[in-house]
Amino acid sequence: MKKQQWFTISVYSENNVGLLNRISGIFLKRHINIESLNVSKSEIDGVSKFTIVVHTTEKWVRNIVGQIEKQIEVIKAFYHTDEETIYQESALFKIASNLLFDERQIQNIIKDNNSQIVTVAREFFVIAKSGRRNEIDDMYEQLKPYGIMQFVRSGRISVSKDIMQITGLLKEFYEEA
Amino acid sequence: MEAVKIKTEEAKNKAKLKMSGAEAIIHCLLAEGVDTLYGYPGGAIMPVYDELYKFQDKLTHILTRHEQGAAHAAQGYARVSGRVGVAMATSGPGATNLVTGLADAQIDSTPMVCITGQVTRALLGSDAFQETDIIGISTPVTKWNYQITKAEEIPEIMAKAFYIAKAGRPGPVLVDITKNAQIDEFEFSYEKCTAVRSYNPVPKPDAKAIEAAAELINSAKKPMIVWGQGVILGKAEEELKALIEKSGIPAAWTIMGASAIDSDHPLNVGMVGMHGNYGPNILTNECDLLIAIGMRFDDRVTGKLDTYAKQAKVIHFEIDKAEVNKNVHADVAVLGNAKETLGLLLPLVNENKHEDWHNEFKKKYEIEFNEVIKGDIHPTKEGLTMGEVIEQINIASGNKAVIVTDVGQHQMIGCRYAKFKESKSNITSGGLGTMGFALPAAIGAKMGAMDREVVAIIGDGGYQMTIQELGVIFQHNLPVKIVVLNNDHLGMVRQWQELFFDKRYASTVMVNPDFVKIAEGYHIESKRVSKREELQSTIEEMIASKNPYFLEVKVEKEDNVFPMVPAGASVSDIRLK
Ligand SMILES: Cc1ncc(C[n+]2csc(CCOP(=O)(O)OP(=O)(O)O)c2C)c(N)n1
Repeated sequence: MKKQQWFTISVYSENNVGLLNRISGIFLKRHINIESLNVSKSEIDGVSKFTIVVHTTEKWVRNIVGQIEKQIEVIKAFYHTDEETIYQESALFKIASNLLFDERQIQNIIKDNNSQIVTVAREFFVIAKSGRRNEIDDMYEQLKPYGIMQFVRSGRISVSKDIMQITGLLKEFYEEA
Repeated sequence: MEAVKIKTEEAKNKAKLKMSGAEAIIHCLLAEGVDTLYGYPGGAIMPVYDELYKFQDKLTHILTRHEQGAAHAAQGYARVSGRVGVAMATSGPGATNLVTGLADAQIDSTPMVCITGQVTRALLGSDAFQETDIIGISTPVTKWNYQITKAEEIPEIMAKAFYIAKAGRPGPVLVDITKNAQIDEFEFSYEKCTAVRSYNPVPKPDAKAIEAAAELINSAKKPMIVWGQGVILGKAEEELKALIEKSGIPAAWTIMGASAIDSDHPLNVGMVGMHGNYGPNILTNECDLLIAIGMRFDDRVTGKLDTYAKQAKVIHFEIDKAEVNKNVHADVAVLGNAKETLGLLLPLVNENKHEDWHNEFKKKYEIEFNEVIKGDIHPTKEGLTMGEVIEQINIASGNKAVIVTDVGQHQMIGCRYAKFKESKSNITSGGLGTMGFALPAAIGAKMGAMDREVVAIIGDGGYQMTIQELGVIFQHNLPVKIVVLNNDHLGMVRQWQELFFDKRYASTVMVNPDFVKIAEGYHIESKRVSKREELQSTIEEMIASKNPYFLEVKVEKEDNVFPMVPAGASVSDIRLK
């Protein structure tokens, strides 16, 4: 319970403007840093999904998930350890175009890291890489000596290995209505 | 508004009417059964005030003298009546002045709807005159909030606001309405909200958990109940009484739970927490089963968590799932409304008396009586004590008054010694500890229970934080009885300075005005008492009065409140002096 580890929090919610503020406030109040945040639509029409990564203890993540779940517009919130989820991040590297031709090693880095070139322009080209955080970090280190013009990494996206009972919850609501 | 999907019941009045947003707001309030609201006008809310003027015969608007007063008055009204309190303010400073009341209502689970005006939609984000992001500001201190920018949204959002404020664990809701939405016309129709799909306010009781709870209760040798406001909010007073009478389990209360069970009930063993009774605090760490009902293990109740009831199994009856295992681990958690869950539990519980265990509480009470209580309520020293004032109020009112306390020593003494026969009679700012709460809350309490005696007990410090609300009492001739226990200090802080800061009384000596003259300035009958001989007769006179009454009692300047569990100490380290 006391050990700090990575947790992925998944929040299914109504799509409301104020909700992000409400949710981030829950972390703020407890001095827990949000390591990454992603908001997208979910598998259910009209329901949004927040994917939030934190590094904390199980006691705190449980407390936070409880506080999130009680917000009016939140349908359900879950937390999972890394072992319980399939997760990825994506990154974009912008590199000067001449390096693609002058430095043969760069072609190997792209291939070895299972990444793709998504665009090539006169001045620069862009590599996209998806994977675990450490894989992206590795690739970053490999490219760094050649000069990276811009780098960006997304928040984590993840799906759980077990089922998340959302559809059932919503169905129950309408059946009772 | 697409996101908000609500279940609705057929509204009585289905006929569509074209009207302004401002008028629609009034119709929403009436449809929700609101008869009284508290507020303060200003530019961004003027269209609504214009409608209030037209609906004066149906809706009483009380002009408090500060928006904080409006929020606390709405809270007092809600707490005493169990209905939703309503407060209204203009944008900018009007809205920010509500924030303390919102925070207070949030932490004490008080159902309240606050309506604020906002600059017109086109000006949002332009730093317009009196524009403030009240949605951003109020988010952490509201159960829900919403900004209406179109008139058509009004009925659905207002219905949702009232539903959310009182559903499940109640709380404050803020609805911010831009001026254009107040002015624009639309086809009005109203349907009450009965559910929100993303919100499950009352978890369904789990039969297994109730059985497990009954099993622990039936096998316990030294069980103890601590109940909180959840019993009052859940209207579970009768069920709790039946449970303690059948099971013979001694029951103690948090200050928010006070008055749910008659103070003189033989199984009522008193108050827990920092200034609670000696027995229930000490015996928390000796019981073998702690049954928490509708309480949230606030740190003022538990003291140091590492040493709180570690020897005991814990059953937690709770409506809010997020409270379970938050501070104290529950061996059995029974989720649901206390009325329902205690009702299901009762038939499974064996009859018992627990006489020996009861005697433990009696013995502890005797110790506390001799060391503390006797001197507090039957003092032999010259100076008046706060305790004897409360005792005289009990006697004069026959334990029937609603007691509204502010924050500080008088609050703790008030909660310790005030006696109650009826539920919803102890109105105090428990979680937030808001000085300035009592005077406006007493206004709301009186209006929410006109047939009851309402006595506000306030310190000389807190009184001056919302003293302007005397204007409301005077204007409406509200027969609120105001007792200022004047020790010429910020007493509670001074006590801490005495005990923990080597008597360095930094900024706690109060240089006070003539309180009697101030009350006279508001044409309120007023008296000052500084001698014991005058106390009883003056309190009798005050209680007998049909009018507002102000009483200042000059009490001992440097008295302390005991027992005391020092902050961060274990409940078993409670001090008697
Ligand atoms: C708004 C606010 N400010 C500060 C405090 C901190 N505080 C708690 S008790 C107290 C002293 C209260 O003094 P008084 O109203 O005279 O009551 P007494 O303790 O003397 O009964 C103070 C300053 C508070 N609770 N609320």
